[in-house]
Order: sequence, then structure tokens, then C-alpha cells
Amino acid sequence: MTNPVDKTEGPTGPSATSPPPAAIKAIPVRHYGRWVSAVVVFALLAMVVYAFSQGDINYTAIPDYFFDPSILEGVRNTLWLTVASMVLGVVLGAILAVMRLSKNPVTSSVAWGYIWFFRGTPVYVQLLLWFNLGLVFPYINLGFYRDEWADFMTPFMAALLGLGLNEAAYMSEIVRAGIQSVDEGQTEAAHALGMSHGKTLRRVVLPQAMRVVVPPTGNEVINMLKTTSLVVVVQYFDLLRAGQNIAQTSGATVEMLFLVAVWYLILTTVLSIGQFYLERRYARGSTRNLPPTPWQKVRANLISLRRPEVAK
Amino acid sequence: MSAVPMVKAEAVHKSYGAAHILRGIDLEVAPREVFCLVGPSGSGKSTFLRCINHLEKINGGRLSVDGQLVGYRQKGDKLYELKDKEVAAQRRDIGMVFQRFNLFPHMTALENVMEAPVQVKGEAKAVARERAARLLDRVGLGDRTGNYPSQLSGGQQQRVAIARALAMEPKLMLFDEPTSALDPELVGEVLDVMRGLADEGMTMIVVTHEMGFAREVGDALVFMDGGVVVESGHPREVLTNPQHDRTKAFLSKVL
Ligand SMILES: Nc1ncnc2c1ncn2[C@@H]1O[C@H](COP(=O)(O)OP(=O)(O)OP(=O)(O)O)[C@@H](O)[C@H]1O
Ligand SMILES: [Mg+2]
Repeated sequence: MTNPVDKTEGPTGPSATSPPPAAIKAIPVRHYGRWVSAVVVFALLAMVVYAFSQGDINYTAIPDYFFDPSILEGVRNTLWLTVASMVLGVVLGAILAVMRLSKNPVTSSVAWGYIWFFRGTPVYVQLLLWFNLGLVFPYINLGFYRDEWADFMTPFMAALLGLGLNEAAYMSEIVRAGIQSVDEGQTEAAHALGMSHGKTLRRVVLPQAMRVVVPPTGNEVINMLKTTSLVVVVQYFDLLRAGQNIAQTSGATVEMLFLVAVWYLILTTVLSIGQFYLERRYARGSTRNLPPTPWQKVRANLISLRRPEVAK
Repeated sequence: MSAVPMVKAEAVHKSYGAAHILRGIDLEVAPREVFCLVGPSGSGKSTFLRCINHLEKINGGRLSVDGQLVGYRQKGDKLYELKDKEVAAQRRDIGMVFQRFNLFPHMTALENVMEAPVQVKGEAKAVARERAARLLDRVGLGDRTGNYPSQLSGGQQQRVAIARALAMEPKLMLFDEPTSALDPELVGEVLDVMRGLADEGMTMIVVTHEMGFAREVGDALVFMDGGVVVESGHPREVLTNPQHDRTKAFLSKVL
């Protein structure tokens, strides 16, 4: 920036006319530590790469099977199970959160007990439990629905119940935090207008809770996608299972695990990008300036690189 | 004055646990009256106001609005608590304006005003929208209907809040220090709207520190302290010629 030229009335200070100070010429501090650590890291990396190149790995098997129909079916099933379990988790979690906050001691303790059990036991154990309950219940009878247990508890049902019911316990805590983040004055204003408890919750409280609920829910989705790999244990045909099947017939065990890992990476990366934009959307109204998207960052950097010339 | 008072309080008591906040409030508010409630902080003014629309339950005494007990039904000499739905129905006829506005931040000004008629009365959206636009116009915000609360000044937000309460066509309006969260230059615009309402004959109970408003617009004034009514009368009389020492002490601080 140059000094404004117009400020010349009266006796001027020394700063008004003095030339810009000479640029400092100093010898920068040498960061020897950085060089050393870079060398060490590179060396380690090279060792890992070397080790894998020496291993008896048939890398071409990965692209060969990458779009194999059974792999694609596994991907579809994994995605479908992720979505279905999350929907069950979110809906049931919201109900549990409302129950947990209710003034009725019975409903709130039931919700508490549910969360206590499903958060307190490993999801792996829960999956096995659902799958094997048929050993003690030959039939299922819900009054309106009656069937043999084995017909009802398909691998998909066992996977869905195992993952979804477990997720509900975590989601209920997230939704509860969201509901509690809404100012009490909002509920009062709604009640003062004659709105019932249910209307107040649906129209006033839950929409505002979303801002707090959405970001951690995005994390839950990504976690869920990875957790679905556990359903191999209930015989559900997911991505990991598809990879393992090919591994058994072709003998390329490690290669197929690589392949599956790459697929998971692709899926979680896509979800992370989606989460970024979703969070940005829900930050509206709470922050004046939204964080820039990666594309905006790139553009800003390009502009700031050019700016010095533009300014002159 | 009509025979049935709009609000009638007889020996109203309210405590939170061991804290005895309202210690026997007796007062009557006539229809079309502008009734001002003043008193030091913590004297129970907000608590009393919240009892009137059953945001708080009273522990003793009787409180009725337009001849109906608030929150209870009487059969013989027994009182029955009203169901949530019935309480909600009672509240429809009572508008409330809060110190901190409490507008719904995820809705525009227009949607804020439309919300209760549509959701509570089941009114058609077109009808509600038309009335909401008219009400916003009336409080001087006809050009702000699409704005979200965060895009409005405090005074504008409070005027939207008044329009929101009026949309339910209440027979009684409760104001809890409607201007005390506002910058001084914004107080006037809200008081003007309230003055207009008073002129049209709305029954209003106003908790306020605006003694000028109380003197000009008020028909009755009550001075509360320590959970009891210390002094009441016409605003001009109480404000210029207080009888009790506590009233004098309070007025000397705020006037
Ligand atoms: N929910 C509550 N639980 C416990 N105490 C409460 C509660 N609400 C209010 N109180 C207490 O009741 C007393 C009266 O409060 P209230 O809000 O009615 O006073 P106020 O006259 O409106 O005062 P101000 O002018 O500061 O608004 C205060 O001492 C307050 O601490
Ligand atoms: Mg108060």
C-alpha cells in the first residue's frame, strides 16, 4: 500500500514523505531437523514399497476383478445395507431421544436401558445374537405377522437389525444433543401460540436441532459403511464377502483384500465429500461466512498469485 | 366495564421448590384495559405473566381468564387438571410477546406469522398468508416479509413477534418487557405498535420499565415487590404520588 497523497494539509509528519524502508536482508534459520525427518520418512516409505514389491503379489488380479459382477453386487449390497441401517438408526434414534427427554419416568428409563444395552455390547456380538436367536425361537409371532424364524431372519434382516438397532443407540444421543441445543424460549413461544407438544417438536425444535445433528450423522454414515463389513458373519453377501469368495476360488487372498480396501476408500471418499457440502448447507444462518469449497480455495489461490501484478 | 373481568387473580401462589415466588396476588384486569405491571427485578412479574397462559402451574389460589379457570376445570368443589390439548386450546386466545422475541429462526417473517394459524387452527395457507402479510404491513414491515429473523433488527424482530401473536386473533395480549432487549433508538417503534393496539381496544398486560408508556397508555398500574402487589391504581396517580415507601424507592430509581 502506498501513502495517501492528499494528506498534505499543515505540517506533515515524517511518515508522509519518507521513502519505503529497505527490504530486510537476513540469513534465514536453517531447519536441519526438517531435512533429517524428511529423509527418515522417505527411507521408511521406500522400505514399505520395496517390501510389497518383493512380496508374491499378483497385482494384475486387482484390475481384473475390480468390476467383476459379483464385486459390483457386493458394492450394491453394502451401500443398500448402509442406507437401510442408517434409516432405521436415525428414525429409531430420534424416537429414543424424545423418549429419553420425556417427563414420563417409564419412557425415559426404557430409552435409557435401550441405550445402555446397545452401546454397552459389541455390535459383532449383537449381529451374532440376531442371527442365532433362531436356536431358541423356532417361530416369530408379532400378532399381525407370524413366520418361521429361519424364514424371517434372513442374512439381510440379521444384518439390518444388528447394525440398525445398534446405530439407533448412538443416533439417539446425537439427536438428544441436538434437541437440547435448541433454546427453551423456542418451545415456550410455540406453546404460547397454542401449539401442542408434538407440533412444537416437529415444526420448531427438530428443524433447529438439525444443524447440530447433521455433522455427526455424516460421520456415523461413514462409520456404518465400514462397519457393514462385519456382516460377513451373518452370511450377508456384502463387498467383503464378494472379495473373499473370489479369493477362495482364485487363491488371490491378499489381492482381493486390496481390491476391497480400494472400493471402501472410494466409497468413504465420496461420502466425505458429500458430508462436506451437507455441513456447509446446514451452517447457513448460523455463520455469516461459509467455509470455502475446495474449488473456491483453488480459485482464491490463483487470484492471490496474480494480485501483486494487478495491484501495480 | 363488562361484568366478567378478562383476568382475575385471587391469592395466587407460586413456588419453585422451596423458593416462594408469588405470595398471594390479587388483581383484576378489565376487558379493553391496558394493565401495566412494574416492580424490581426478581419480584415475580414474569412468573405471574407466565402463570396466566399456564406456562407455569400455580400452587395455590385461583386464576381465570375471561371467566375460565386457567389449566383446571371445576366440577362441584373439585378441580381437575386440563389435558395438554385443552391447555393448548386455552393458550390460543392469549398472545404473548417475550423480552427476547423468540422468533423461529428457521422461518421467514411471513412464515413465523403464518405458522400458528396454519398448524394450530388448521387454516388454509392462502388465507393465513394473506392475513400474515396484512399484519406485517400493519406493524410497518410490509417490505420485510421474506427476511429471516437474523436479517432483522431487534425492533423489527419484536414487531414480527407481535404480529405473530396477533395472527391468532387473541382476546388478551401479554407483554414481558418487550422493549428491554432493544437499543434505545428502537424502543419507540415497538411502543408505537403497542399504542396502536391499545387504541383499538386490545386487552393488554404489560410488564415494563417504560414509565412514560405506562403513564400515557396505561389504564391501570400495579407495583409488585417480593411476590405481592404493593400498590395499585391509575398509572398517573401511582407514578406521581406513590403511597408506599417501597414504591417510592423503586420509582426514584427508574424515573
Ligand atoms: N424456573 C425457575 N426455577 C427456580 N426459580 C425461578 C424460576 N423462574 C424464576 N425463578 C425465580 O423467581 C423469581 C422471580 O422471577 P421473575 O422472572 O418472575 O422476576 P421478574 O419480576 O420478571 O424480574 P425481571 O425484572 O428481572 O424480569 C426470581 O428470583 C427467579 O430467580
Ligand atoms: Mg422478567
